[in-house]
Amino acid sequence: MAIKKFAVAAYDDEAVLFPAVKKVRKSGYKIHDVYTPFAVHGLDVALGHKDTDLHIAGFIYGLCGTSTAVGFISWIYTSDWPIVYGGKPHFALPAWIPITFELTVLFAAVGMVLSFCYLNQIMPGVKKHVFHPRQSDDLFVMAIEINSHMSESEVIAFLKSTGAVETNVQMAEEGWWYGRWDKEEEYEKLNSSVA
Amino acid sequence: MNDRFEIPGRLKNTSLALIAVGVLTLIAGIASLLMGHNSNDTDRARFWAVLLHDSVFFTLITAVSIFIQAAVSLAQGAWLVAYRRVPEAIGANVWIFGTIAAVVMFLIVFTFKDSAGQNTIYPWVTPKAGDKILLGKGAFLNKGMFVGFTLVTVALWAYFGNKFRAMSIAQESAPKNDTKIYWKVFRLSGVFLFVYALTQMSTGPWLWIMSIQAHWYSTLFSWYTFASAFVSGISLIMLWVIYLKNQGNLELVTKEHMHDLGKFMFAFSVFWTYLWFAQYMLIWYANIPDETVYFKLRQQGPYSVIFYANFIINFCMPIIILMARPSKRNYFTVTFMAMVIIFGHWLDYFQMIMPGPLKGHWHINWYEIGIFMGFAGLLIFTVSRTLAKSNLVPANNLLLKETMVHIA
Repeated sequence: MAIKKFAVAAYDDEAVLFPAVKKVRKSGYKIHDVYTPFAVHGLDVALGHKDTDLHIAGFIYGLCGTSTAVGFISWIYTSDWPIVYGGKPHFALPAWIPITFELTVLFAAVGMVLSFCYLNQIMPGVKKHVFHPRQSDDLFVMAIEINSHMSESEVIAFLKSTGAVETNVQMAEEGWWYGRWDKEEEYEKLNSSVA
Repeated sequence: MNDRFEIPGRLKNTSLALIAVGVLTLIAGIASLLMGHNSNDTDRARFWAVLLHDSVFFTLITAVSIFIQAAVSLAQGAWLVAYRRVPEAIGANVWIFGTIAAVVMFLIVFTFKDSAGQNTIYPWVTPKAGDKILLGKGAFLNKGMFVGFTLVTVALWAYFGNKFRAMSIAQESAPKNDTKIYWKVFRLSGVFLFVYALTQMSTGPWLWIMSIQAHWYSTLFSWYTFASAFVSGISLIMLWVIYLKNQGNLELVTKEHMHDLGKFMFAFSVFWTYLWFAQYMLIWYANIPDETVYFKLRQQGPYSVIFYANFIINFCMPIIILMARPSKRNYFTVTFMAMVIIFGHWLDYFQMIMPGPLKGHWHINWYEIGIFMGFAGLLIFTVSRTLAKSNLVPANNLLLKETMVHIA
């Protein structure tokens, strides 16, 4: 992960945000992410995000659960500690189906929750840079990566032309990190030099 | 927005040919009974049991169309509205299959007897003296109750099936954005769900199917038959929607709507398996002879082929083929699976009904297939005629815009 320079634009209306996203993408700028106070339907499509492979991962987790359950129960009841109960054979498959089903669901659900958290970088203890304090309140915040070939003032002027109510340039960690918010202090130093 | 369906000559001829096959099969069946050669008790039971099987199966899968309209209207869902005319047309023809089923069942109850004077299809009609179980059930399992419940069920389904369609068509000429009919449909949907719960989900299958094994009972039998009917009813709607799309109708229907129906086919296949297995496992676990008698014949006896085929066709195939998202949005896989599911649940009803009257001597031969083709032809003929009578777009429906932008 690296600290990069971002142009940040805040919008106060979805109706402005969607055309802005479209214009920014059309102009060839790379949108780092858009932060919204609530789930905005269609924004993922507008940003060009593809479907993740989370469901395939879920299927594989489910298969792991099924095989764990069938393997473990059959090992116990046929070789480790075989007991005859209820006159049933040692390999009493119908009796194990409910547990197999539950373990399948458990593995798939827990596995998918963890994968989802990983993909969205929202594990407990994980910290991410907050571009605007009102991104979880009433503003839609868009962050654009700025590289050395781009002129900051041009980007900011462009963002203002798309209807942003507030714009600025920030140095920020693009990924996530573990631990405390210590990095905030580093940012403040970096950002004071930017401003 | 106007979208008329004109019955193509090929569809009409196919349906009439299928009906002709069915009628000829029926005549051949009657003739082979009357001619007397090998017309033993089993053959006579087979003649009636096959008619019972197909008429009840088609009644139940068409009645699902009324149920899905009611359930979606009550939930104020818009996803069904794009092809609402299809379940409406199927639901408006339930009375035909219901009437046939009622006639067949009444003939079985009142006229069918084997050479010993026993009714081998519905044994409760002629309980043996000293048969405590059947005599104890006599308060419910008797001719009066059977006739009464059947008539009420068929009449109510016929009424609601036609009523929902009539109201939906009346909305077309209602003033724009008028909500009067919308809320009337909403209220009647609630009433219908209540009716459906007391008929399809309880008394109907008890009397029509479970009473064939009159000594045996299962408390979730009606749910199990409902799941079976529901998934094949959804497949039936899917087949009609795809057919109409291929004819160039139903422009509003997109892959998003098909994806929804595909999800129902997938999900309710799993739901069916859940009930199928729940019924099996408890009986297997408890191992009480009174209960295991049902599965003894089906799982270990001559029906074991159908028993396991049932599991493979109705569970393994849908779960493998329909699980992935792209396969639910593909015309070919979905059409193929819809036909497989309808056939699979036809087999499921077959093994619910046949072991009682026929014991081990089951056939799937010219007679079974011919009668099935006859009913399928009747379904195609009546539903296509109803579809052709009205605009296929439910114009002026309050949820029309919502259904157009629907995303699965």
